[in-house]
Amino acid sequence: MFSFISRRLLAGLGTLLVSTFAMYLLVSKSIRPFEDLESLTDGAIKAQRIAERIEILDLNTNPVIRYFKWLGNFVTGDLGVGWRSGQPVTSLLQGAVASTIQLVAAATVIAIILGVMIGIVSALRQYSSFDYITIFLSFVLYSLPAFWVAVLLKQWGAIGFNDFLKDPSLSPLVIAVAGALAGTAWMLAFGGTARKRLITFGSAFLVTVGALFYLQLSNWWLQPNLGPVIILITGTALAFAITALTAGLQNRRALGAALSTVALGLALYYPLKPVLREVDSWLLVGGLAVLTIAVGIGIGYLWGGPDRGVSARSAAITAFLVASMIFVDKVMSIWPAYLKAPAINGRPLATIGDATPNLGGNFWVGTLDSFTHLLLPTIALVLIQFAGYTRYSRSSMLEVMNQDYIRTARAKGLPERTVIMRHGFRNTLIPLATIVPIDVITLLGGAIITEKVFARPGMGTLFIDSLQHAEVDPVMAYLVIVAALAIIANIVADLIYAALDPRIRVNA
Amino acid sequence: MSNAISPQDSTFDPNVENQIELKEVEGLSQNQIVRRRFLQHKGAVISVVVLVLITILAVTSVGFGSWTGWWKFVPSGQGATNPLINGGAPSSVHPFGQDEAGRDIFARVMRGTQTSLIIMFSVGLIATVVGIVVGALSGFFRGAADSLLMRFTDLIITMPVIVLGAVLGLMSGGNNAALFGAFLGLILWPPLARLVRGEFLSLREREFVDAARVAGASNTRIIFKHMLPNAVGVIIVNTTLLLSSAILLETSLSYLGVGIKSPSISLGLLINDYQQAFASRPWLFWWPGAFIVSIALCVNFIGDGLRDAFDPRQKRIPSVRKMARARRIERPLPSTRPTDGTGAAAEPSTP
Repeated sequence: MFSFISRRLLAGLGTLLVSTFAMYLLVSKSIRPFEDLESLTDGAIKAQRIAERIEILDLNTNPVIRYFKWLGNFVTGDLGVGWRSGQPVTSLLQGAVASTIQLVAAATVIAIILGVMIGIVSALRQYSSFDYITIFLSFVLYSLPAFWVAVLLKQWGAIGFNDFLKDPSLSPLVIAVAGALAGTAWMLAFGGTARKRLITFGSAFLVTVGALFYLQLSNWWLQPNLGPVIILITGTALAFAITALTAGLQNRRALGAALSTVALGLALYYPLKPVLREVDSWLLVGGLAVLTIAVGIGIGYLWGGPDRGVSARSAAITAFLVASMIFVDKVMSIWPAYLKAPAINGRPLATIGDATPNLGGNFWVGTLDSFTHLLLPTIALVLIQFAGYTRYSRSSMLEVMNQDYIRTARAKGLPERTVIMRHGFRNTLIPLATIVPIDVITLLGGAIITEKVFARPGMGTLFIDSLQHAEVDPVMAYLVIVAALAIIANIVADLIYAALDPRIRVNA
Repeated sequence: MSNAISPQDSTFDPNVENQIELKEVEGLSQNQIVRRRFLQHKGAVISVVVLVLITILAVTSVGFGSWTGWWKFVPSGQGATNPLINGGAPSSVHPFGQDEAGRDIFARVMRGTQTSLIIMFSVGLIATVVGIVVGALSGFFRGAADSLLMRFTDLIITMPVIVLGAVLGLMSGGNNAALFGAFLGLILWPPLARLVRGEFLSLREREFVDAARVAGASNTRIIFKHMLPNAVGVIIVNTTLLLSSAILLETSLSYLGVGIKSPSISLGLLINDYQQAFASRPWLFWWPGAFIVSIALCVNFIGDGLRDAFDPRQKRIPSVRKMARARRIERPLPSTRPTDGTGAAAEPSTP
């Protein structure tokens, strides 16, 4: 194992050297450092400026020698400067990396969860209308240019929603259409006999319409909140759904554990308020999340029984989700004040940047502000990635469900839930686990278009702007980071594959 | 007591499914099977028609090179600006509308479509040739050639295509679509090369390759006459998928300003130019987008149809109606006869 990793890392280092060399030559060949000087009419001044620039950029030296100069500086920790602004690359990178990670992390998690869920349901209902609609939609999403979607979202999503907030009321027709759409989607996803379909459609329709009317009447758009009642209802529903998926509803202990976490979460709702007010960093939020999961596991163990692990798992997932709802509720409570802030002026959804300048306020205001900036770019990224994950998990699930061990599992009388979740789903994730690290890294470097359209000061924007401004050092720093991450991601993918699938041996 | 169950007696027979499939391919050559399967994929056939229509429209309307085509407005250059009719909104004279300078959007979109198609085909050509050559050489010769070529492939895969594309796009100058396409082709071939290599690695162990070698065929002949035709399915399917990613890559790069540049026209460039005008003149934004989406969607559907046609593993389950019809057929289907025969012959000892 150790020899495998070190061998791969060494080979990766070699690849990195060769690829940065090639990229350095390509970049120096492609940039046009004098482009902005070409409009100068005075010949003498022009010649002087060009000479200055040749001096700054050391252009009389052969690019190959320049590369080794750059490499020497790079390995000693001097990443160079963006010569137009005079800023050192390290300070340029700091903000950019944080902004990109913020964007990519949320988008990837959502895209994977949604994509895998829909892909698997679609595979289980192969050749149903749900399947056909999913395939068609994923084709359409696959064919959409990212920048086009992003511009559309800016126009409709941001400006449309902000206009809507001026007078937030939905007409009954809109509510009915939304209800019908939700009903149809759930009906197609659940399938079954005509009677079962009708029941699914009816209940999904009623729930959606009811929820929208509630939002309307309680002036929710201007004063959003979840509150104990919604947390209770949603939490209970989640507890049932998660138990049904992870343990089966006949496992009373697991259900009990999940429900008691919901009860505990609700009981802590008011006592937690002063605690949350004091929270001032993401580290603390992360710590609280870990604590929540630990409490969930503890509750599961206390319920005991022969398979504590299963109860602990259901309880932990439920605990995490209930805690997320409390977190969202806290963020939502800032909304009315946020809307009125002079920097926002009643138009909360932002289309550019990653934070409102001169906003002020505490951690929670900052969190809400970064959420409103993240929302649209995240949707844009999710829409594009989601299609790939759906198609991938669908075909992977189809392949797994045709395996002999699935037939064996069914033949020995296991309930369908166990067959799908334990034998099917887990094996479906193996190939997915190997593409996710590579995808994430590609995204880290490659959310260029989304960042550019939404003018987020991330890595992609840094790269493309520096390239167009003929600043070699920032471009090279970016390329090194991207290439190094890609090499590491490939090694990680191989290791994950070996860990998940015992048939693969890394040392072979 | 020869009691092989004949299909019409049973209420459920798993063989029915196989019989339908066999009946569909019986007595046909491989090419006929592929063609027939492809033609059964409605989405793919419609996409072929749409793509051909778009190509014809784009080429004949604004012409090509010195030929001006039948459309009365020119996309750019001298005489491109016309008086605004109805504020530039789509009208009978300018079906797609005009931009604020009075240029005809239909002509511009058609020129942009041409650019995209040229890039798509030159990417396809370069990437396929390089991919096949690299994949075939490393799969066929293995050993040192293989590891050298595959390291080279890994090297290119290290960089995200959009990053490489941005650098190469800037390098191509932005006014030569074919050159830009060729550059993009040079970065999009690695996945194809890997697939071809895999295919060649397994093909070279097959008996017919041994037979050809024993008969004295040269390496070139084996590669071109025996192995390549057998790998053609993989190549065609993946080239198609590569084309759709090429068109999206090109438009994205042009949108970012590192691909095709003004005065040349590309669909991505049009969207970049006109995105500010979305609120006041939405048609400036919709038409180029609609053409990108339709081309990419068509190519994707064609790729899907080709995969269904070439890949026998992706079996389509016959519809319920088809199964029922097959079950109703009176006489046993030809494919069941051998089974019956061996079934009876295997029981000679029964008294």
